[in-house]
Amino acid sequence: MSAIDLNAETSPGADGEGGPAADRPIICLDGVTKRFGRHTILENLTLAFYRGETTVVLGASGVGKSVMLKLILGLLKPDAGRITVDGAEITGLGERALIPIRQRFGMVFQGAALFDFLTVYENVAFAIREHRDWPEARIRDTVARKLATVGLAGTETLLPEELSGGMRKRVGLARAIAIEPEVILYDEPTTGLDPVTADTINSLILRCQHDLDTTSIVVTHDMASAYRVGDRLVMLHEGRVIADGSPKAFQAHPDIRVRRFIQGDASLADADRKETGP
Amino acid sequence: MPIANTLTRVGAHVAETVSELGQFTVFAARMLRWIVTDGTRWRLLRPQLYECGVRSMPVIVITGAFVGMVLAVQSYPQFEAIGQGAWSGAVINLSVVKELGPVLAGIMIAGRVGGALAAGLGTMKVTEQIDALRAMGADPIRYLVVPRFLACFLLIPFLTVYCDFVGIVGGYLVVWGYGADTHEYWYHSARVIENWDIFAGVVKSALFGAAIALVACFKGFQSRQGAEGVGRAATESFVISFMAILVLDLFIILLMRGVYEAIWGPAAIFL
Repeated sequence: MSAIDLNAETSPGADGEGGPAADRPIICLDGVTKRFGRHTILENLTLAFYRGETTVVLGASGVGKSVMLKLILGLLKPDAGRITVDGAEITGLGERALIPIRQRFGMVFQGAALFDFLTVYENVAFAIREHRDWPEARIRDTVARKLATVGLAGTETLLPEELSGGMRKRVGLARAIAIEPEVILYDEPTTGLDPVTADTINSLILRCQHDLDTTSIVVTHDMASAYRVGDRLVMLHEGRVIADGSPKAFQAHPDIRVRRFIQGDASLADADRKETGP
Repeated sequence: MPIANTLTRVGAHVAETVSELGQFTVFAARMLRWIVTDGTRWRLLRPQLYECGVRSMPVIVITGAFVGMVLAVQSYPQFEAIGQGAWSGAVINLSVVKELGPVLAGIMIAGRVGGALAAGLGTMKVTEQIDALRAMGADPIRYLVVPRFLACFLLIPFLTVYCDFVGIVGGYLVVWGYGADTHEYWYHSARVIENWDIFAGVVKSALFGAAIALVACFKGFQSRQGAEGVGRAATESFVISFMAILVLDLFIILLMRGVYEAIWGPAAIFL
């Protein structure tokens, strides 16, 4: 488990000190900067993610958490810095060269991003059809198992518009794990869900982690979810890492920006301003 | 400095337009590369053929029929006034086959299919469905654009022929209603319309279909966030497709006329 980094502007993971499998980072972001127009979203971000670990990336809305996930998948290109997967740099790869890399990942999008013109069955079977030359019977069996895993057995013929928000997220998760990826990226998996449904999603994340032995990166600002699923918490602020440690260490973090975030206490903002100056 | 500000704005607009043209070229090149190297899959193409072809039939029938009938109402009385009512068949049918059929069918498809393509892909963009495709290792141009392009490119010529046919029938029914000599009407039509005219109309419509699909898909992929962004993508798609149809029409006419005259000599109805 990562130790808390009290001086952190960079992650201990990136220095090779954090995580249960600290010697085997699967994804490294090294000095990554991303701008949209004049706005710098991520600035010189250095962070490593370790095999078999669930890392929860926290931060206020707009701090660049989702952008970081898209950079890891090559959906966005960084303006500076490099990103490596198992030591191989992916930063400059084109769409075709990225296809085998992306097969190692599954992503659960914030709004589920189910293909609205396909049924639940076709959505979950999509990646299998794209990348596996399986007979239809095997695809049908796999889809049924994945849907059963997320508690949605028998929903194969439904269209996304017929599903509730929680069901859509669960289908999104079933789709992400359909080809049993090494890494699963979760973008705000519990946002917009009621507490019970959110807890169901958290349980599914833990179950996938346990059953599939994946590496998981969860982007969220839901602290209950972060404590429930995370082996390691990382907090981004103004495009940089300001805290990186275990959930337990995080709760006693001395940085007021971290305390303010995890306590959800706006009144600490005044103290923050006094501490950090104008 | 108002002049400096104006120049800055104009410069920014020009730079943005050139950049968009470059992106469009790359987009089209990537699509063509996928068509050449991979073709498409029937399960992806079939729904697009249905959407573009079968579901466009009603508007094409109505467009063709009314174009033919309006032309007949406008032209027959003029020809009849100089005692040449049957000659209206040549003008009505040549206008439908060479110009109005392909162009109006293209415009209807730009509105019905192009607008729907841009709005559909724009919605997929803003709801991250296109990112989801890429995240799953599927190229969205191959998966979404190629089948839509092929459906438009392959089916609009058939829709145009159908539009021509319905227009010719519509025009004839009006002229017949006026009491024209049917034999003379068809005789003059057959004398004036050549296979080349039908071929030129079909070639033109295929290129219109290609332009409509490319512009609509590009605009959908470029859609900005929100309902306004999707709506703007659909509107821009129609406006640009409409202009592209008019510009392409002129250049294709010039090209086809040049080819015709090189092979068969000067082309004129009353030679």
